[in-house]
Amino acid sequence: MQELVRKALSGDTRSIARIITLVENESPYTEEIMKTLYPHSGKAHIVGITGSPGSGKSTLTDKLIHEFKEKGNKVGVIAIDPSSPFSGGAILADRIRMQKHAVDRNVYIRSMGSRGSLGGLSKSTYEAALILDACGKDIIFIETVGVGQSEVDIMKIADTVCLVLVPGMGDDIQIMKAGIMEIADIFIVNKADREGVERVVAEVKMALDLVQKRSWIPPVHSTIAEKGNGITELAASISNHHEFLSISTEGLEKRRNRLVTEVEEILQREIARFTEEKWNQKKTPELIDSLYSRNTDPYTVAGRILEEVLLEN
Amino acid sequence: MTHEKIRVIVAKPGLDGHDRGAKVIARALRDAGMEVIYTGLRQTPEQIVDTAIQEDADAIGISILSGAHHFYFSRIIELLKEHEALDIIVFGGGVIPDDDVPALLAMGAGAIFGPGTTTTTCVDWLKSKVHEKRTLEMA
Amino acid sequence: MFDKTQLEEIEKLKHSYEKALEKSLPKGPERKSEFKTVSGIPVKRIYTPEDLTDMDYCHEIGFPGEYPYTRGVQPTMYRGRLWTMRMYAGFSTAEESNKRYRYLLSQGGSGLSVAFDLPTQIGYDSDHPMAQGECGKVGVAIDSLADMEILFDQIPLDKVSTSMTINAPASVLLAMYICVGEKQGVSSDKLAGTIQNDILKEYIARGTYIFPPKPSMRLITDIFEFCSKNVPKWNTISISGYHIREAGSTAAQEIAFTLADAIAYVEAAIKAGLDPDVFGKRLSFFFNAHNSFLEEVAKFRAARRMWAIIMKNRFGVSDPKALTLRFHTQTAGCTLTAQQPENNIIRVALQALSSVLGGTQSLHTNSMDEALALPTEKSVGIALKTQQIIGYESGVTDTVDPLAGSYAIESLTNEIQMKAEEYISKIDEMGGMLTAIEKGYVQKQIQDAAYEYQKAVESSEITVVGVNKFQMKEEERDFQLLRVDEKVGHNQIEKLKKLRSGRDNLAVREALEDIRQASRDTSVNMMPHIINAVRCYATEGEICGVLREEFGEYTENIVL
Ligand SMILES: Nc1nc2c(ncn2[C@@H]2O[C@H](COP(=O)(O)OP(=O)(O)OP(=O)(O)O)[C@@H](O)[C@H]2O)c(=O)[nH]1
Ligand SMILES: [Mg+2]
Repeated sequence: MQELVRKALSGDTRSIARIITLVENESPYTEEIMKTLYPHSGKAHIVGITGSPGSGKSTLTDKLIHEFKEKGNKVGVIAIDPSSPFSGGAILADRIRMQKHAVDRNVYIRSMGSRGSLGGLSKSTYEAALILDACGKDIIFIETVGVGQSEVDIMKIADTVCLVLVPGMGDDIQIMKAGIMEIADIFIVNKADREGVERVVAEVKMALDLVQKRSWIPPVHSTIAEKGNGITELAASISNHHEFLSISTEGLEKRRNRLVTEVEEILQREIARFTEEKWNQKKTPELIDSLYSRNTDPYTVAGRILEEVLLEN
Repeated sequence: MTHEKIRVIVAKPGLDGHDRGAKVIARALRDAGMEVIYTGLRQTPEQIVDTAIQEDADAIGISILSGAHHFYFSRIIELLKEHEALDIIVFGGGVIPDDDVPALLAMGAGAIFGPGTTTTTCVDWLKSKVHEKRTLEMA
Repeated sequence: MFDKTQLEEIEKLKHSYEKALEKSLPKGPERKSEFKTVSGIPVKRIYTPEDLTDMDYCHEIGFPGEYPYTRGVQPTMYRGRLWTMRMYAGFSTAEESNKRYRYLLSQGGSGLSVAFDLPTQIGYDSDHPMAQGECGKVGVAIDSLADMEILFDQIPLDKVSTSMTINAPASVLLAMYICVGEKQGVSSDKLAGTIQNDILKEYIARGTYIFPPKPSMRLITDIFEFCSKNVPKWNTISISGYHIREAGSTAAQEIAFTLADAIAYVEAAIKAGLDPDVFGKRLSFFFNAHNSFLEEVAKFRAARRMWAIIMKNRFGVSDPKALTLRFHTQTAGCTLTAQQPENNIIRVALQALSSVLGGTQSLHTNSMDEALALPTEKSVGIALKTQQIIGYESGVTDTVDPLAGSYAIESLTNEIQMKAEEYISKIDEMGGMLTAIEKGYVQKQIQDAAYEYQKAVESSEITVVGVNKFQMKEEERDFQLLRVDEKVGHNQIEKLKKLRSGRDNLAVREALEDIRQASRDTSVNMMPHIINAVRCYATEGEICGVLREEFGEYTENIVL
């Protein structure tokens, strides 16, 4: 295992890919891998690309890869597509639009199924990003599932969140209502070759005026991703925001908060694992019967299980 | 470890745009619980192999109807060899005359599914093949 | 169509027929609980006048050559002239293909149909890295006018009609054809034929696109305009359902999406200032003849009726020639089986018959070995004879639209029309075909149908003789398969090298720059500029290369 991690750290693509798989599959080696890699992480700029389905996230990512690669960056991409709730399988197709970078040594693209997560990412997206970070990527793009409303998880793990809107889809208003205005650091109005761009841009700016003022004022870009228009400016904003984070207290806060969240999440996951194990042992039909007949209640049952878990550890 | 998801690349090498077969098999694999990385049309062997490596895929499935199967299979397998990644299973289908199949298998293709093969045959074959491969890796 | 008393009597009789069945069915049950066409349309046990009570013969069926053309586009149909027996052919080099064309013409074929190899279809020269391994594989490799001159050597372009399956770079290949005509002394107004030129179905079903939709639509309307003035006998587009069906759609989807594509082209052309009464005459269609015989006949009839209504009501067209849907048919390649390939001869015959009973204007019959590889001369011969037997021996051509009035056929015609109209309204609601494609709606419908079909075959709900029923054990394949020589690519590259060193490269560079400028101004028609470049032997790849730089390239939209 250490050998694999060593090779990954030296930038070997196959090993990096392997490690991500192990972590994604929650292999018993996960902890060891993450512990070894952790000290090497914390350097990369993690950029989230979120927005409704078909808004052009993948096309934008494709163009951004090019832009950052040209500047000499090593680029990582994690693209998440939904897993089928029935079969657990998934069709991962975001990278179709990024395939011209497939053979580029300085670009690593990884597709992930959401595997039951609902917040627009998959359970292991953050770990995967950390792995890429530790293994030498300078910038990492994370394309979320794109189901629209509830994609707030990206805020927890990305340094910079880009929200993609499209004129004439009606979802601009939706998003503003849902309070996603607060999560985005950069707004992108894509498909600017269509009618109504100016209107959306103006609406976003107006809405931004209404929300609480931050020291970072989110820029609003209009782009035609398909043709590459507006990408250079967008990339500059992304870099600016990175810069801003590194010098502002807001940036420091963000990174520190993320570490807090990380510990909290590991705690939750570990506790869940213990309780789940125990619950699976206890979950007999007889017990359910006695719950059903109201001989006992869910609170008592849960309380007993917790007690046992705590005693054992 | 059967709970580990099987990851498969489904690709159309070359310029041929008839992707009905590729799409049907991609769906069947998904419905069998696999993660299918669909790279779409006009893929070069280099793109396919690099994708498989980045995605840590267990297998590569390619569909070819243009008659250029010999070229693509040999090139993909050659590249896998260069990357020391011959453990990645390569299989395919499309319009491939029976007479050509032995040569492709000899090259290292895992299986060639001719016209009329059921998706179940293909899914079952891949499942057992991946299982075989993983057991081998564990040992 | 029947008076009230007659209908009452029919109802009574039907009632007693069903009563009797109730008794006999338990003893002799039917083979299946439900009968369906391959497209999944339920087929009734029996159709009667009751199914057509609302039918208005004069307005919905009418007479051949008259609105709404349900019974055919000409008054006498095949009593006047049989359909064009057009065999799609072309492989490896221009020399080889030229030989095959001359063979087909000598065998009584009446039109040529050119298949191009994939690099040509996607605008790459034979020496482009993406062309590696593909040259001459599924059709003939054409890089420049020099190849085109060889392709039509000793074939007088004023005597044949030529259909070219070319889409994204259609302007370039048409330009080459016009230049070959020039060299033969045939002026462009005498040229007859068709280019497929249907980019929308490339996005949804066939995959040989190059540019994004917007500039692609412009190239198409430029061709419409140019040809209406300079190549008046040319069919400037063949709006194709064939590939949509091959990709797995149902019969109703095939005509719905084809007609929706057609609507998009007409709208684009009108927007470009063209008159639908004029360019409407040069629109042609291309459909698939699949297995469900009755459904197919009904489909062709429904498509014809629908198009006439669309052109009249939506676009205010009045010229009868612009109202009629003229179509080419090809038997369904996807129904051919690799198992017991001789059976394909029979499948093709039945499919061909359905298209003739559906009133096709031209027909390609597949060869039995096409599920395995490119067809041999012998199997192409059999396929052509199949058409001749239908045309000259079967007698179905002696009366116009012989199945009209069949309760089943008329009912199915109505049903398919209704289903197709539903899809078209859905697409209208989305804002038209371009938006529907961008959203992946059309692709998704087709893929769902394809997946359903596959599952139905695997569960034997649909029978495929020799595949999931009546299989034979050890199969001996004793016929020859045609193989393309791997050297083709190599030779073609050599030819290109010679061409590039022998031509006036300064003129080529200027012509290409001229194309670049023209591409930037949408008020300019691209055709004359492309013809100019072709004439000085600029290659297809060079011309498309400039356009790629200017227009960008399309990436497919996957919705699975
Ligand atoms: N007109 C126009 N179309 C665009 C533009 N950018 C992307 N598209 C098209 O929008 C469609 C969706 O683009 P994607 O990049 O796949 O969008 P996405 O947000 O990644 O989609 P999902 O991952 O499926 O949610 C494609 O057909 C693109 O070609 C643009 O600037 N203008
Ligand atoms: Mg995407």
